[in-house]
Amino acid sequence: MPAQLQFRDVTLGYDRHPAVHHLSGEIAAGALLAIVGPNGAGKSTLFRGLVGILKPLAGSIRTGGLDVRDIAYLPQTVDIDRSFPISVYDFVGTGLWRRVGFFGSMGKAAHDRTARALAGVGLNGFENRAIGTLSGGQMQRMLFARVLLQDARLIVLDEPFNAIDTRTSADLLDLVKSWHAEKRTVLAALHDMDLVRAHFPETLLLARGPVAWGPTADVLTTENLSEARRMCEAFDDSAAACAVDDLPLRAA
Amino acid sequence: MIHYAMIHDALIAPFTEFEFMRRALAAVIALALGGAPIGVFLMLRRMSLVGDAMAHAILPGAAIGFLLSGLNLFAMTTGGLIAGFTVAILAGVVARSTGLKEDASLATFYLVSLALGVTIVSVKGTNIDLLHVLFGNILAMDDATLLVIASNATITLLVLAVIYRPLVIESVDPVFLRTVSRAGAPSHLLFLALVVINLVNGFQALGTLLAVGLMILPAGIARFWSRDITGMICIAVVSAVVSGYAGLVLSFQTKVPSGPAIILVAAVLHVGSVLFGSVGGLFRQMFPGRHLEA
Repeated sequence: MPAQLQFRDVTLGYDRHPAVHHLSGEIAAGALLAIVGPNGAGKSTLFRGLVGILKPLAGSIRTGGLDVRDIAYLPQTVDIDRSFPISVYDFVGTGLWRRVGFFGSMGKAAHDRTARALAGVGLNGFENRAIGTLSGGQMQRMLFARVLLQDARLIVLDEPFNAIDTRTSADLLDLVKSWHAEKRTVLAALHDMDLVRAHFPETLLLARGPVAWGPTADVLTTENLSEARRMCEAFDDSAAACAVDDLPLRAA
Repeated sequence: MIHYAMIHDALIAPFTEFEFMRRALAAVIALALGGAPIGVFLMLRRMSLVGDAMAHAILPGAAIGFLLSGLNLFAMTTGGLIAGFTVAILAGVVARSTGLKEDASLATFYLVSLALGVTIVSVKGTNIDLLHVLFGNILAMDDATLLVIASNATITLLVLAVIYRPLVIESVDPVFLRTVSRAGAPSHLLFLALVVINLVNGFQALGTLLAVGLMILPAGIARFWSRDITGMICIAVVSAVVSGYAGLVLSFQTKVPSGPAIILVAAVLHVGSVLFGSVGGLFRQMFPGRHLEA
């Protein structure tokens, strides 16, 4: 499998403090990768860097010719204004932005696709509901429907099953698996280790830096997990500039 | 038939008999068409008070334009745009670089702006000019002014049509728009420009203090009658037109000045909507009807 994503010594962070530190590695096209790690391990930051919202402090992320619009990103703290008067149908329809853009009409094909996406996440009959009336689980289903419509090569899900009941997460997990079967690259930040072990072939254990990366069974060992917890606790407000960052400069 | 004649005299005759009333009606309809949809977006983006502050902020620019070329709306619009963006950017820069909150920063700048504008007009112009700028005079529309107001309304609707989708998506889910398109920031800036254009438009008719009224009040009314944005925009436009028409009639039949009359009518509609609106009105909340089965 050719590499879809390449991280070259990537450091991402805020105000010069790294949240993801010196990450290097590759993700193959069509991979189904779980990203696990304690809170504050840099999972969300990595995703923000990946979809281009956050610029790396150092290093580079290559997306192998993927346009930013070939990436569907489902953030964790959704900054959705739920009081905005928009229907579920219209909201999900925004997933077709690439096809319809500013003016394209929502023709019959687009209408069918939207209807299928809503049916695919079990939200038939919700078309005309305002988004503010949805429950947490229905909201997450709706966001998955939009990801379906985005029809992206790379799908990035940040803690998609948080605060979701088992039935809903099982339904949504089926969607994730079907994306994998369609040879899309899927990355998901997760906390449920049992779920990761059962359904995700590969895992990246992140604790600011990579602790382990590879087949899930090899990564999720007790040692690695406690190592990750230890690494995450190291945070210094008055840290000096990272010496490793200077190395390439000196070489140049 | 006596009743019919009375109604005709009160509601229709002013417009058939006096040209300045017809012009005023045309102006108010144009203002409603452009301003009300902008007001709906201001409300949904929680920017209603920003619109109000901007109305004051554009005063010095519009005043300078007014003094250089008289009641030329093009000069006033250009001056207003420059002043509006200057204040918006300065307020943003000060807030970001000093930690002063953006609303406090904006409040400072618009007050200074208002003081500066009033000073410019009073030093260089007459008291009549000042009254004109502060309260407008919709009953004195000449051809050129009417044409500019109509053009501004047309531009507003065309630009709004172009940026409508990104604007809606950015309002409801800004992170999503950022990941699929770079249209977010340009649409936001264009939207701000439309706000300023419509404020300058409202200037002429309602004056700087009430210019924002025909944008904000109809949007507030619409919020009580519709759950979706298309419905809100339609209701806002209709209620702005109705307020404009009824306000003109009121001001013609009484001694109430036209600008305040229009806003007062809108305010009455607003109070009625708060009480009896079908979406979240107080009356509906008190007597919601029996709950449904599912």
